Order: sequence, then C-alpha cells, then structure tokens
Amino acid sequence: MTETFLRIQGLTKLFGSFAALSDISLTVFEGEFVCFLGPSGCGKTTLLRAIAGLDIQTQGTIEQDGKDISVLPPAQRDFGIVFQSYALFPNLTVEKNIAYGLESRRHQRVEIRKRVQELLTLVDLADQVEKYPAQLSGGQQQRVALARALATSPGLLLLDEPLSALDAKVRAHLRLEIKELQRRLKVTTIMVTHDQEEALTMADRIVVMNQGVIEQVGTPEEIYAQPATEFVAEFIGTMNLVPVQALPGSEYSGLGARFQVNHNELPAGSHAALAIRPEDVQIDQAGKAAGENTIQAKVDDLEYLGAFVRVTLVASGDQTRLQVDVSTNRFSELSLSAGSEVSIVLPPERILIYPRPD
Amino acid sequence: MRLFVVVIAAYLVVALALPLYAMLSKSMLDPDGLFIGLANYVAYFRTPALVYSIKNSLFVGVLTTLITVTIAFLLAYALTRSRMPAKPAFKTIAMIPILVPSLLPGIALIYLFGRQGLINGMLFGHDIYGPIGIIIAEVFFTLPHALIIITTALSIADARLYEAAISLRASRTRIFFTVTIPGVRYGLISAAFVVFTLAVTDFGAPKVIGGDFNVLATDIYKQVIGQQNFSMGAVVSVVLLIPAGLAFLVDRIVQKKQVALLSTRAVALVPSRHRRFDNLMLGYAIIVSVFIVGMISVCQYAALVKFYPYDLSLGFTNYQFDLMDGGGWDSYFNSIEMATYTAVFGTVLVFCGAYLVEKAQGLGVVRGAFQFLAMLPMAVPGLVLGLAYIFFFNSPTNPLNFLYHTMAILVISTITHFYTVSHLTATTALKQMDAQFESVAASLKQPFYRTFFRVTIPVCTPAILDISIYLFVNAMTTVSAVVFLYSPHTTLASVAVLNMDDAGDIAPAAAMGMMIFYTAAGVKILHYLLSRGIEAKTQAWRSAVPT
Repeated sequence: MTETFLRIQGLTKLFGSFAALSDISLTVFEGEFVCFLGPSGCGKTTLLRAIAGLDIQTQGTIEQDGKDISVLPPAQRDFGIVFQSYALFPNLTVEKNIAYGLESRRHQRVEIRKRVQELLTLVDLADQVEKYPAQLSGGQQQRVALARALATSPGLLLLDEPLSALDAKVRAHLRLEIKELQRRLKVTTIMVTHDQEEALTMADRIVVMNQGVIEQVGTPEEIYAQPATEFVAEFIGTMNLVPVQALPGSEYSGLGARFQVNHNELPAGSHAALAIRPEDVQIDQAGKAAGENTIQAKVDDLEYLGAFVRVTLVASGDQTRLQVDVSTNRFSELSLSAGSEVSIVLPPERILIYPRPD
Repeated sequence: MRLFVVVIAAYLVVALALPLYAMLSKSMLDPDGLFIGLANYVAYFRTPALVYSIKNSLFVGVLTTLITVTIAFLLAYALTRSRMPAKPAFKTIAMIPILVPSLLPGIALIYLFGRQGLINGMLFGHDIYGPIGIIIAEVFFTLPHALIIITTALSIADARLYEAAISLRASRTRIFFTVTIPGVRYGLISAAFVVFTLAVTDFGAPKVIGGDFNVLATDIYKQVIGQQNFSMGAVVSVVLLIPAGLAFLVDRIVQKKQVALLSTRAVALVPSRHRRFDNLMLGYAIIVSVFIVGMISVCQYAALVKFYPYDLSLGFTNYQFDLMDGGGWDSYFNSIEMATYTAVFGTVLVFCGAYLVEKAQGLGVVRGAFQFLAMLPMAVPGLVLGLAYIFFFNSPTNPLNFLYHTMAILVISTITHFYTVSHLTATTALKQMDAQFESVAASLKQPFYRTFFRVTIPVCTPAILDISIYLFVNAMTTVSAVVFLYSPHTTLASVAVLNMDDAGDIAPAAAMGMMIFYTAAGVKILHYLLSRGIEAKTQAWRSAVPT
C-alpha cells in the first residue's frame, strides 16, 4: 500500500490559451482507490485522459510502476478504462466485447474463453453472454464495460464517471460492487466523479480539484472534517460560511458577535470566512446556553429530513442565515417552530477559518 | 387545421395515387381499352428483346453500385477521417454532378471516348456506346448521393469507441473492421440501394450513350414516344417499379436502424494527424475531383468548339439554340420559370404538409395515409410518374384534363417527383422543435398560425431554404418525368438537351447542358450567401453566447 505506483509531476495541459490543468503533482500508491472529485470543468477528466495517454499533456511527466510513460501512446501503457458512455461495441455480443482486448494480444482461443467466463462470473453476468449491449440494462452495460477493462488484468483501472448515467438505486448498488471488486483484485484504481457521495463512500483518498489545480488530497474523513481550502469546505457536504474579520488574539468578529477559535494565524484586521458544519452547531432554548461563542437567533424555517431536522436560523445580531442539524429526538425535546427564539453555540474546536483576499 | 390536412392529403392523392392507379389499370387494357388482365405482362415476358433489358438494367445497376459505393466510401473517409487540406473544396466539387442533367456525363463521354473522341485510345478498342459508357456516366451521376449518405454515417462515429479500442490495444486494421465498418454499415447499405435505384431508373445516360444496349428506362421511352404503345409502356413501368420499390423499402428500414445507432452520449471524433495517410487521402480526393471537373470541362469545351473535330476554334455558335430543334432559348427560360414555380409552390406545400402532419391532433387515418403518400414518390421513377400523368390527366373523362400540356402539370409533376426528400427535410427540422410550443401557445390563447409564423418558420428557415433550392435545382436538371409532359409551348432546357442530342446536335446539347449547370450552380452559390445572412438573423438563438 505504501509502494508508489503512479507519480505525476508538474503536469500542465493547455487548450489554446486556456489551462485545463496547471502544474499538477500527485502520487498514487499501489492498490489504492483514488477519486478525482470536482465540479464540471475542473480538469479531472483531462487529468485522467492524460494518464491514459488519450490526451497528451503540454508539460510534465507521468511515471507508472517506475517507468516514464509521459509520451507513450495509449496502446503502450498498462491500463483498462471505463467511459461514462461505456463505449461498448454495439455490434459485438457481451462475450466478444469482453474478449476484444484479449484477442488483440493474440491469446489462445481456449484461454480467452476461460478468461471471459471468469470475468462474467466476477461481474455476475454469466447468463448474458450472447446478448448485444443494446439488449442490456444500463447497470449491466456498466458491468460489461468493467469486465472488458479488467480482462487483460491491467495494473491500473481508470473509471470516467462510470456511474453517472445510471439511476439512483442502481448507482448505490454498483458503488458497493465496484469497491468490493477493487478490494478483491487489489488493482490500483482512479475514478473521476463530480458526485461527492460517490467519492466519500468509495475512495481511499480523494483528490479535490478546481479550475485546473488540486485543492486538497486526503482521506474522506480528512476532506470532510478538515477541508484545506474554502472551496473544499463549501464543495464537500453542507457548510455554514460566514464572513468575519480577525481581531487581536484568537478572536473574530462576525454574526454581530465575537468568536473564540482554537488557533489563529491571521493578523488583526484581515478578512476571512468562518466555517462550521450544521451538525456541529449546538442549539438550545433561548437563554439556556451561555458562555463563549454563544449567540441568539430566531428559527426561520424547518426541513424534516427523517433522522434529523435541518433548522434554518437568522442570527439576531446581523440577520445572517445559518443552518443547524438537530437530531429528531433532540428536536422534539426543544419543541421548535418557526419564530422560536433560540441560543446557539459554535464550539471553538469545530470552527474553521479560511483567509479571504481583502 | 384539420381542413388543411385534408386539402394537402387530397393533393397527394390527385397528383400521385390516382395517376399511379391509372397506370396500373392501363397496363391491363388492350390498345382498344378492353380489360385483358395480365395478358400484356405475358406478352412482355414473351418478347426476348424486352426481357433482355431487365438483365441489362440489373447488370448496369449492380456494377454501378459496386463502383460508386467504393469510390464514395473512400472519399467520405478522406473527408471525415483524415486531416487533408481543402476539404470544403473537395466536398463542393463532389456535389457538382447534382447540378447537371444525367445526359451531360454521357455527352462528355462521347467527346472523350467516342469514335472521334479526345482520348478514345484509352478504351483499347472497346466501344463507349453501351454498358461501359452507361456505367461511367451513372457513377458520375450517383456519386454525390452516395457520398452524402456515407459521409453522414461516418461523421456520427463515437470517439469513445475508438478510444476504448485503442486502450484495448487493437491494431488500426482491427479497429477499422470492428468499429468503423460496423458503424457505417447501415449507411453503406442505404447508399448501395439509393445508387442502385438511381442507376436502374435513370434514363438520361443510357439514352445518350447506351447505343444498342437497351435498359428498362429506355424501353419505356421507346414504347411510348417511339411506338406509341402506351399499354406496353405501362407494363415496363410496373416492372421498373419493383426494384425501385424494393430498394426504397430496404432503405427505410435501414435508415431507422442508423438513427438508432446515434447515441446522445456520443462524443465527436476528431481525426489526428498522420502525414502519410493524409497525403494518400489527398491524392485520392484529387483523382476523384479531376474525374468530375474533367467531365464538366469536356462538356464546356464541346460547347465552345465550333465544329468538332474539324474546326477546333472556339466561339458561341453552339449557343444559337434558336437555330436548332428542341425549343431554342425559350426552353431555357421555360425551365427557369418552371423551376421557380416548383421552388415557391413546392416549398409552401411541402412545409405546410409536414407541419400539419407533425402537429395536427386526431385524424389518425388521414395522417397515416399522408405519411405513406409523402414517402411514395421516392419509390416511383420519374419516367413512371410522367407516364402515369399521361394516363391520368390526358383522359378525356378527367375534369382535370385542362391541366394537360400546361406549365402547371410540369410543376405539379416535378413537385410530386421530388416530394419525399423535401418532406423529410421539413419533418426533421420540425421534429427538433419542442412539441409543447403549440400547447404553450394555446394556453396563451394564441391561434396556431401565430406560433407558426412567429416561431416555427423562423426556426426552420434554413430547412425551408434547403427545400426550395433542392426543388429548384432538380426542376432545372430533371428529364425523366417531364419528357412525357412538355408541350410545344412549354419545352424545357433539359428536354432540349435530350432532343438536340437525339437530332445529332451534340455540341449545342452540351452547350444547353452547361447553361443548366451554370444556372443551378449560381442558385447554389446564392443559397450559400443567402443562408449565411439569414442564419445570422434567425438562428442567433442557436449559439450559447450572445453575438
């Protein structure tokens, strides 16, 4: 797991004068499942295609398994790929699609049949051999594409938004299946996705990208609990972001109040964003909570989401809106309704501060 | 709205269904008008000379199909899959044959390979009059049709399929046979059938350069014009309907499958640079272009040479059409008049018809029948349609008899002859529009015609322009249907080419053919300039960024 498998250094890709990737450096370890996550146009697919050799980078190097593959054509690299559209050959049966890469490498016919059988069992499609892609459901097509990509036992599996064309239920199911398969085969895998839930549930490590640069690399827990930048904080999960200004000491002013944080490196007077997740805000009936980082607010709206209730508050100080998640049990204890006056506490250890340009 | 549907459906019944019915029944009458069942057919199949024409037609059709589809595929491949320079120029040159009557390549071949031809030695003693000449002329004539179909098929390829194949380490040859060919197979089949139908039903080329090599199309003409044997003409027409109808059916089925191959998630393929391959393709495109431009240039040369091969000085003596048979300059202006009427009335009729069929509610049976009738002209060769019109409109009992020998009947027959492609163009454009527009308009209490004029027509302007140009150009070049229908007052340029050639005035025939070419080309250029202006005005909404 600690063996470096893929080393990307100083990768830049220009389309005309537009930089789709600027100076990307990244290391992927052997057997790891890495997700490239970001909004559309952030460069994640461009990065994947550069790794595959389908779009060669303008600058920078890529090393795979100790070998410099920077300028090699796709056919001389070692990977399998699944596209968003699957790109199954419409005129070939499931069996022929999966065998396609094996035939290119002149394997024995018996060997090919055996390998195809193995793969069909692996993706649970043994009874669909003779069908054509158009006769399969979206989820089945996806699994054929996966089997085709894995047929030649590549060292690297590339997945380009493999689940985005499926409906929600199939997607959730396949998410588990792919993850399970990857763990079993221990194949180093890179998946591109814009769906953070997918990335959080599947990846060992997530690479969050925005506008051609990497914002943060980390485990799902790190990305969620310790977003490195304001972009990551806003992009992953739900986050309250409040404009604040640094005061001397570890204090900030904002929301019409003063806040204590655990550490502060910003000079007094500089602008910043205070970030806190809805589930980290403590809520109580008006006047009950006291002490540092407590402010008064008024309930504006309630959204019942099953296990918890998302409460939208308006801070009494400066009318800023905040979202607070309250477990259903706690919610009934508090007996909140629109218009209720409440006190909320923003625990210092849960507050994140991101500098903003002045 | 329903009333309009019925009116336009009625037009197709009168202009298409009834004449065809008249022809079918005529084929079962003896010269005195008595019903004799299939006796004419029996007589036909007992005449060896006539049956021989079936064989000849098939021979010409099959060979032309093989050659044209091969040439067109390679050219389409060069245009879509290489990065050779000057693609628009090659594409334009390849479309030239559409702008001339099918008689013209025949005339060019006479000048090239005829008894006193410029390079007749290259045939090594073979005679250009006959199958060789017909096939070369038909290849010239059918090439653009095949090229359009195959280019479309090649350009809808999904780049991801190629990337998947490359990733799986398939060789270029393997990718060609497992991805490229399967992707265009329906296009190839469709092109083959279209070419076959055109080659079998064309009458211009075999007329000019066929010599003693009889084919079905020339038989109809000879039976009717030469021997005034209308019943037998009708029988041959029905025989000719069979391959054409068959080809049409196959084409319809295959076209649907081709459309189904189109995935909305497909990513367009951008060819990469391969110097050797690109040069090879460029060389090929140049050869094809030389063939096409060469044929046209020979015609122009023929038209300008004073008296080939004795006086090779150039001049405009051959343009003194008024001194020849065939109707003189009047026929040229008649053609322009006829083409203009066809374009104007035809476009209105076709577009309204397509609109009503797409948008009208209810009247399922009428609309179904309308769709069928709109597709039918594709399966009816021009000669057959023309003959059917004689039977129907020349009948003294027909209240529409007054149309016979008028400009109107030429216009009606031409609109009907070219109805299908125009209808498909209009339908495709209309299908791209949201089906809810009419509902929105209704909810806003606007009558349907307001939406029609304010939204539908502006959105469909490019298609409307395409249809009118298509009709105009075809009306200029067509010979087959109108050859039976013109009168001494309504002679046409294309028919004049035929008649002058028939009378041995080949050079003036070439000159008139070139007049048609220049007119059609001029209109095309005008269309190009016009559509650029109009698109800027009515199609601004198509671009994502405001201009």
